[in-house]
Amino acid sequence: MTTPVLSVRNLKVEFPTRRGTLTAIDEVSFDIGPGEVLGVVGESGAGKSITGTAVIGLIEPPGRIGGGEVYLRGERIDNLSQEAMRKIRGKRIGMVFQDPLTSLNPLYRIGEQLIETIQTHTTLSDSAARRRALALLTEVGIPAPETRIDNYPHQFSGGMRQRVVLALALAAEPELVIADEPTTALDVSVQAQIIALLKRLCRQHGAAVMLITHDMGVIAETADRVAVMYAGRIAEIGPVRDVIKAPLHPYTKGLMGSIPSLVGDSDRLTQIPGSMPRLTAIPSGCAFHPRCPRCFTPCPTFRPELQGEQKSQVACWLYHPFPVTAEAVP
Amino acid sequence: MRAPTARQEGLGARLWRAWDSDIAWSFRHSPVAIAAALVVTILLLGAAFASLIAPQNAFDAASLNLMDGFTRPGEASATGRVFLLGSDDQGRDVFSAILYGSRVSLLVGFASVIFSIAIGVTLGLISGYLGGRTDAVIMRVADIQLSFPAILIALLVFGVARGLIAPQYHENAAIGVLIVAIGLSNWAAYARTVRGSTLVEKNKDYVMSARVMGRPAFAIMGQHVLPNVIGPVLVIATINLALAIIAESTLSFLGVGVPPTQPSLGTLIRVGQQFLFSGEWWILFYPALDLVLLALSINLLGDWLRDALNPKLR
Repeated sequence: MTTPVLSVRNLKVEFPTRRGTLTAIDEVSFDIGPGEVLGVVGESGAGKSITGTAVIGLIEPPGRIGGGEVYLRGERIDNLSQEAMRKIRGKRIGMVFQDPLTSLNPLYRIGEQLIETIQTHTTLSDSAARRRALALLTEVGIPAPETRIDNYPHQFSGGMRQRVVLALALAAEPELVIADEPTTALDVSVQAQIIALLKRLCRQHGAAVMLITHDMGVIAETADRVAVMYAGRIAEIGPVRDVIKAPLHPYTKGLMGSIPSLVGDSDRLTQIPGSMPRLTAIPSGCAFHPRCPRCFTPCPTFRPELQGEQKSQVACWLYHPFPVTAEAVP
Repeated sequence: MRAPTARQEGLGARLWRAWDSDIAWSFRHSPVAIAAALVVTILLLGAAFASLIAPQNAFDAASLNLMDGFTRPGEASATGRVFLLGSDDQGRDVFSAILYGSRVSLLVGFASVIFSIAIGVTLGLISGYLGGRTDAVIMRVADIQLSFPAILIALLVFGVARGLIAPQYHENAAIGVLIVAIGLSNWAAYARTVRGSTLVEKNKDYVMSARVMGRPAFAIMGQHVLPNVIGPVLVIATINLALAIIAESTLSFLGVGVPPTQPSLGTLIRVGQQFLFSGEWWILFYPALDLVLLALSINLLGDWLRDALNPKLR
């Protein structure tokens, strides 16, 4: 098997606060293979974005990585110095943000921003960098790039701006692109275009993608594999078809049941009772057990690990032999 | 930004764009701003071309005639010369003295504002962007500084500098010391403003993007944050310019400013106030009027700029 582009092992992200240390990401592990698109889904506050920022090493203090390792092509990057990490950002890992309205500096022409990014990581001359910027704009489907390159961000529509942001993320040919809800701020009609573009570009450039979203439709259409996050942990991870068509974890089932469907004639969508726990009060054992319709003996006490011999791995005692209750020590 | 990508535009197109901009429109529709700008321009030109306009080199003792002393404005002196704004006790033309004096005042005013912007904006950017302990140290220093009256700090700096500089250089260094003293007493306002706007800007995605692109922190501060926080600085700078000129005059009035050989408006006022109650009012009145007009016009311009740059008032 080839080395995965990104390999995250037992990652923990902590936020020390007055009331003790909050664990926003707890023992998260996953791999992204070359050219693969990994979707990361979950409710707000499940730790999707924090996982992305932890990978790129930009967790805002006082937050910190409390344990685990991050490997980029087999090379450990979570313990690199600021300066070494800075050289990796943009060059080997690109990032696309949610809001294209604010992710471009309003005071610079888009060409200037592209050229700045290109020249940060290459030694191209001004004119060569400009040609490269033009090529990138053409590639992301900006019409008349020769004139648009000298426009300011406010002269672009939201969808066009997100195209420019994609061009920026791809400017230095990164191996991995982290897209943090790239379509959430866009019109529905534009979302599909941007997602298709993201997918096509990453395939052409051979970049792996970590696609963070809460839109299952986007995941179904784009991702190869999907990781479902709940309360800072991965509940289930597996090929997108398996997870969507045959979810294992009760939480994933609940998520799927809450999506309206065109086929079938169910009147009501199922809903998961309760809401996601606060980070200050993550339940013991399986974090989902207070809301789980199939909670049973081991769930409140023992924390399930991600396991599974099949393509999908799931962290749920329903699928693993569980420890006998006698061992339960409160 | 490093790369020269700006499209080549004809001069005409650029001028038209400047004329057509919101700020120019706002200027054209504000009679107060136009009047203030006119006054400032006249005073600036007068100071800049003092040697061409002034009928007398006011500070060349050889051109003074004691017989001309205390001539009333517009009247002929004992030697038959007419002084537009009168003459002082040594027969110096008050009009010429004002032109030369405002030159010193404006020089000190502009230079000290630039000096305090350089310090304040840099510290404010660093403070806001880096945060944490750096921020705490810089802002506490600013707080301490702001708990003293600016003029007291300027006096302190001035005193310390006089102690450090050898006496034979005092005359030459006086203007430089004055600039540093006034500049150092005003940086905190810039630092606070810039820090505040930086805190807002640094959480915007474009700063995050630049970090994600792997740009170094100082490049992000200078290229991305600075241009977005400079607007309010311009407004404070304009208003502080008036304050700096007044501070200079106050220091000179107190006798700790520029040496008497290079009098500023403040020095002229100090000299003039000795004669106010003996009837020679013009020696005090005209330099003071010039100072008031200058400070008022600059303040009015600052107010207009503040409103013009405020998107909520458009």
